Amino acid sequence: MLKIFKYSFQDLIRSKWSFILGLFYMAVTFGLLYMSNDLSRAIVSLMNIILFINPLVGIMLGIMYYYNSRDFSELLLAQPIKRKDYFLGQYLGLSLSLVISFVLGLGVPFLLYGVLVSDAVVNFLTLMFAGSALVLIFCALAFWVATANENKIKGFGKAILLWLFFAILYDGIFLLSLLVFESYPLEKFSIAATLLNPIDFSRVLIMLQLDVSLLFGYTGAVFNKFFGSYVGILLITGAAVIWVISPIFMMLRAAKRKDF
Amino acid sequence: MKLFLLLLSSLFCINSFGQSAVVVDPAKGASLMEAIADAAPFDTLLVQPGTFKEGRIIIDKPLFILGVGYPVIDGEGKTEIITILSDSVTIQGLQIQNVGVSYIEDRAGISAEKQTHIRIIDNKLYNTFFGVYLKNSSHCLIQGNEIKADAVNEISSGNAIQLWYCNNILVQDNHASGHRDGIYLEFVDDSRIENNTSTNNIRYGLHFMFSNRDQYVGNTFELNGAGVAVMFSKKITMQYNRFINNKGTASYGLLLKEIYDGTISNNTFLGNTTGIYGEGANRLEVHHNTFEKNGWALKVLGSCMDNTFTNNNFINNNFDLTTNNNRSYNNYDGNYWSDYTGYDLDKDGIGDVPHRPIKLFSYIVTRSDASIILLRSLLVDVLNFTEKVTPAFTPELLQDTTPLMKPLL
Repeated sequence: MLKIFKYSFQDLIRSKWSFILGLFYMAVTFGLLYMSNDLSRAIVSLMNIILFINPLVGIMLGIMYYYNSRDFSELLLAQPIKRKDYFLGQYLGLSLSLVISFVLGLGVPFLLYGVLVSDAVVNFLTLMFAGSALVLIFCALAFWVATANENKIKGFGKAILLWLFFAILYDGIFLLSLLVFESYPLEKFSIAATLLNPIDFSRVLIMLQLDVSLLFGYTGAVFNKFFGSYVGILLITGAAVIWVISPIFMMLRAAKRKDF
Repeated sequence: MKLFLLLLSSLFCINSFGQSAVVVDPAKGASLMEAIADAAPFDTLLVQPGTFKEGRIIIDKPLFILGVGYPVIDGEGKTEIITILSDSVTIQGLQIQNVGVSYIEDRAGISAEKQTHIRIIDNKLYNTFFGVYLKNSSHCLIQGNEIKADAVNEISSGNAIQLWYCNNILVQDNHASGHRDGIYLEFVDDSRIENNTSTNNIRYGLHFMFSNRDQYVGNTFELNGAGVAVMFSKKITMQYNRFINNKGTASYGLLLKEIYDGTISNNTFLGNTTGIYGEGANRLEVHHNTFEKNGWALKVLGSCMDNTFTNNNFINNNFDLTTNNNRSYNNYDGNYWSDYTGYDLDKDGIGDVPHRPIKLFSYIVTRSDASIILLRSLLVDVLNFTEKVTPAFTPELLQDTTPLMKPLL
């Protein structure tokens, strides 16, 4: 597994895609920092970009990489290598190279603007954590979808749908149910619904650091109390881990049954 | 100005009638109560450093009681400390401490009833259930006092400065903290509250009830349950105050309820859960204020009419404005909104496209509290954008037709 990981990681980190991605993050971050000249405000703007881009990048590059390396997979799987090791190695290679482009692309400009000595350092670290988690989760989802679908077009279609669902549709359904059941106490429901969508809990995690004055409002205080506590942060972290592990598990199951 | 002249004249009165100065030194076993009994009207008592534990001290003649080096008058948690039963009394430079909590009577550090020309200057009042309490009095001065307590809840705590049925009072440069209300006025007319600091009070920094024609200027209200509550009052002027970090589940920088014909200008609202909350607030002129980093800058309910909001800065608030009505009876023209995305082709500093300060999402949050958790999600941005292009839910006519391109300084 480690060998596969090493190989695909080296292959990817040298590829133009990770390079372009890293440059893109760097350009956006530098641009925002230059224009706002305020670390906290740049973090707010970056949050919106990251919540939008990271899942998309993770799921698209994941699915592209999987389908592209199909011949290679067939060749290697003819050798005495466990399928589990091979696919895990590929997944780790891809997701870690993406995480590194993300962390470097965002981290270098912020470090140059002196984030470590400012009071925005917690916000910055939260942003890094949430962004990385999103990449890991959506890469795993992409690998699962790709393994389960032999047909490339179908695979792409499903992946895009999946992204659209988590990015927008889920929140739409969430909001509608909040409005339909507005006369009921919905705090617990909202907390649960938030934990079920990786984009939502990443957003809440960052928001807790940024919109403090608002979250002291009546219902906001409930969320603030819950997600701001150690229990809440542990829950979010736990949810993130589960969200990474379960698609990987599904992917491995699909890979085991797959007929190459 | 009238008020100042009156105060000034009262000052001269005391000085011109003052006959002799009596030194009261606790180190020599002197009693403050006896000194007051022996003094002639308009005498000056020079109280030397030390501690007096004499229970309730009643001042029944015009006296100037001047503390040297803050002598301590300790109520030992039992009674009210100084009760003024005469006009033209001045109390200056005393440290008054430990009034017991009572659920039956309103005990105070210093209280006066039905008097005029009382001056309470530069005292320190620590842990005095009610700090300074004036009833039915007029033409008084409360200046430079430091009033501190550690209130735990509303029921067992008093107000730092309480005025009841008073008029022409000047409350200036005081520091009130850790009480129920910092400054509380009920049925107080024609008074001025100036340059006070009111922090960490459980309920309100400053609280008006049924008071008319008062002004409060240059005060700072920080970390209170709510900064200022103005209720059932008319013609109140609120200027140059700072409302900072008043955060909590039911917290406001400025709470307006049933008030008419006031002016709110040149104030700063920073980091409050709600900047101004208006319910039944009418005919107010709100101008040249800055609202920055609040959760909600303005919550103007449907019961507010004929208010003018102009030349204000709205900078980086989560929501600039929210209401529960789909019509607008107020005027919001000519403000600076940091959310404004329009353009200014003729370069006159006024945006060419009207600005709609109410976002669809703030409307949704007003309806369903819990939806606040979707703040900053992609869906909400999309919804806000569509609503901005074609308003369907938010009041269509609630708009700033002349939004400013740059913030006012």
